[in-house]
Formats: sequence, structure tokens, C-alpha cells
Amino acid sequence: MAHGTAPTGAALRVRALESLLEEKGLVEPKALDAIVDTYETRVGPRNGARVVAKAWTDPAFRRRLLKNATAAVAELGISGPEGEHLVAVENTPSVHNLIVCTLCSCYPWPVLGLPPVWYKSFAYRSRAVRDPRGLLREFGLELPDHVEVRVWDASAEQRYMVIPERPAGTEKMTEEGLAELVTRDSMVGVAKIQPPARRASR
Amino acid sequence: MNGVHDIGGMDGLGPVVRETDEPVFHADWEGRMFAMANLLIGRGHFNVDEFRHAIERIPAPRYLGSTYYERWLDAVQTLLAEKGVVSGAEMESRGAAPTPPSQPATVPGASKVKTVSAAARIRAKFRVGDAVVAKNLNPTGHTRLPRYVRGHRGVIHSDHGVYTFADTNAHGGPLCRQHVYSVCFEARELWGPDAPRKQRVFIDLWEDYLARVPTARAARARGKKPATKRR
Repeated sequence: MAHGTAPTGAALRVRALESLLEEKGLVEPKALDAIVDTYETRVGPRNGARVVAKAWTDPAFRRRLLKNATAAVAELGISGPEGEHLVAVENTPSVHNLIVCTLCSCYPWPVLGLPPVWYKSFAYRSRAVRDPRGLLREFGLELPDHVEVRVWDASAEQRYMVIPERPAGTEKMTEEGLAELVTRDSMVGVAKIQPPARRASR
Repeated sequence: MNGVHDIGGMDGLGPVVRETDEPVFHADWEGRMFAMANLLIGRGHFNVDEFRHAIERIPAPRYLGSTYYERWLDAVQTLLAEKGVVSGAEMESRGAAPTPPSQPATVPGASKVKTVSAAARIRAKFRVGDAVVAKNLNPTGHTRLPRYVRGHRGVIHSDHGVYTFADTNAHGGPLCRQHVYSVCFEARELWGPDAPRKQRVFIDLWEDYLARVPTARAARARGKKPATKRR
């Protein structure tokens, strides 16, 4: 399972498979290049961060996002596979949301990009629904007992994203500046967003 | 199928290990694998439910010992061979022999659904707020009803509308479309009295997975005692 530079068994098998499929006219290297490039450079959590920053600064957009996230993010030009049925859930001082896919690794690609390895890990998938507080503690997030934890298991077609709480001390920030504060982890629900001063001192 | 992929609630799978500055793909072959699978699905060689089921059919010890994209590779090879797109012998001749799945794709899901027209208007059996129980189904084919909710009571949180039923779509039909609901389960209902009070799981379930919990009024109307307690 090492990720070295020497071709592993899987690397050789994938290479063999690609050449077979290419010979049969089923895939073209350029089409594969384009997909890889899209997910390496164009689709990622910066998209979701723009959505969150807009929701924080534009109450009408926030309402549209909570009502129909697919349509709302499309206003920002964001759409694509695994984002056809997007649902946004909002953190508040009394509710904390967390997303998981216990059966595979469903994830809202257009807004968050492809999931990190830990999101796809057996450890995360097994524990998120049973012991979310313990899991979040490992991520450095201790939630008080009075906060309700809502875990969203994406078992059908819906894909979830969390709208994190806007940190204090950001009242004068622009939408662009706010977007830079928003992390991938906060949109999965495994982190809160630190106020800018605390981030700067770290 | 009650596969090892149905992992929600299990213990013993270790701490969550995080990587700093993680790349999108950890090696070129991961990106190629991701792109190939997406292209093959997009071009209709197999659907995403068949793909998920092919991952589930990887023999359990191998599933647990593989990385994410290694599982994609196994699943794509299985489907290409089963659908006759590329034979197993051809792949083997290139040094890429497919790993035989734990069971064939023809083992059906539990559903005994009828074919419905894609245009048919499908009425919702449940409404927001309805008390429901996730059925205790143990299909040997594909299902998106995880074990950890089976037999437990929840409440309809929202109705997402009508979607193609994964349990039949993973096995080549028949076309079945039905409502999918977000169902809210209390942590104490799922995990017992030691679970925290302020904790809930919301999971999206197709209508065939759910049964109505009889209300006191409905039970009285049928001359039965109300079912106020589970089991």
C-alpha cells in the first residue's frame, strides 16, 4: 500500500488496463488527462469556501442554499458529478453537523473536490455514526454536551456539505476574505473555523 | 449483501490518520483509475450502482487490505469481464488478471418490485414527521440499507423526491423508482441507553426499506393493542 515512485502491482495493472481499453476505442488518453486535470486543478474545496462565504454575507443566498443547494451553488457556476442532489446543513451554536458515507465514500465533489484518504478510511466510516463526539475529539474539536450532533450518512443520491459557523471578529471582512478562512474540514464538519487573529498567531 | 463494506458502527478499525498537504491523487495510476472508471460509467458500460456493488463483491480480506483506488481497479476489472467488454483472459495476457469476486452480479437484491414507467407519477407513502421503522432486510445482493439502522425506529425528516432504486439498478433492473427520505434516528435508538442524548443520525433511505410504525389510533381502529414499544 506504499505510494512510492516505483510502479506497484496496481500501477502496472492500471497501465495494462488503460492500453487495452484504448486499443478497443473505449477510452482516449486525452479524455483521461482532462478528467485528472479537472479534479487536480479546478474542482476542490475553494468552490465550497466561496459558497460558504456568500451564505455568510448574503442572507437571501443563504436561504436559497438551505432550500435547494444544487440550484444555489449553480448560481456561482458550480455543478458536476456527485453534486446533482446537494444538501447544505448549517452549524449553529446549538447544532453541529458532520458528514460521512458509511457504505462507500460518497462526497460532494463539485464543492469539496475529491475526498481525503481519512474520509474514505474504515476508521472514519465506522465511527462517525456511532461515536461522532469521540471522533471529533481526535480532530481536536471538543463539543459541549448541550450541543446536538447531527451525523448525515450519505447512503442514497444526496450529497451533503456543512455550512460552518462564521467566526467572531470577521464582521468587517469581505466575501473574498471570508472565503479564505473556510477550510475543507469545516465543511465536512470535523473542524470549526478559527477567528483570523488566532489563525495568524499559529 | 451483509458485506464488510457495511462498516457503520464497527469497532477495531483504528484511529483516523490524517495527512498534511494531501495531494488529490497519491500516484499517477490513481488519477488514471479514477478517470477510467468515470469515463466508463459516463459512457454507459456500467452504472454507478453496479460499480458500488462490484466493490462490495471484492472478497472481504482483500477489500480490507486494499487502498481506495485498488478497490476501484478490482471493481472495474470485474465489471468489464462480466459484461464481456474485455475478457478476463485478455486482461490476464497483459499481466492484469482480474480478481474473482466473492459472488456473481446475478445474486439479486431483496426487492420484489414491479417495473414502473419513468414517467409515472409516484406517490409518497410517508410524510414528514411519520414514525417509521427500517425493515430487517438481509438481501444477498446490493442494498443501501446499512445494518446499523435495520430494525430501528426513526422519523421521516424530509422527502427528497423520487429516485431510481439502487437495489434493482445494481442488478440490471427492473426499473424501479420510488421516494427517498431523510430519516432521523436518535443515537440512543441505534446504540442503546449509553449513547449521548443530543445525538442523531440522518440517513437517506428508499421507501422499500421502511415500514410504518402503527400509531395508537390506527391500532385501535384495527382492534389491536398499540405498539408502543419496539420488539
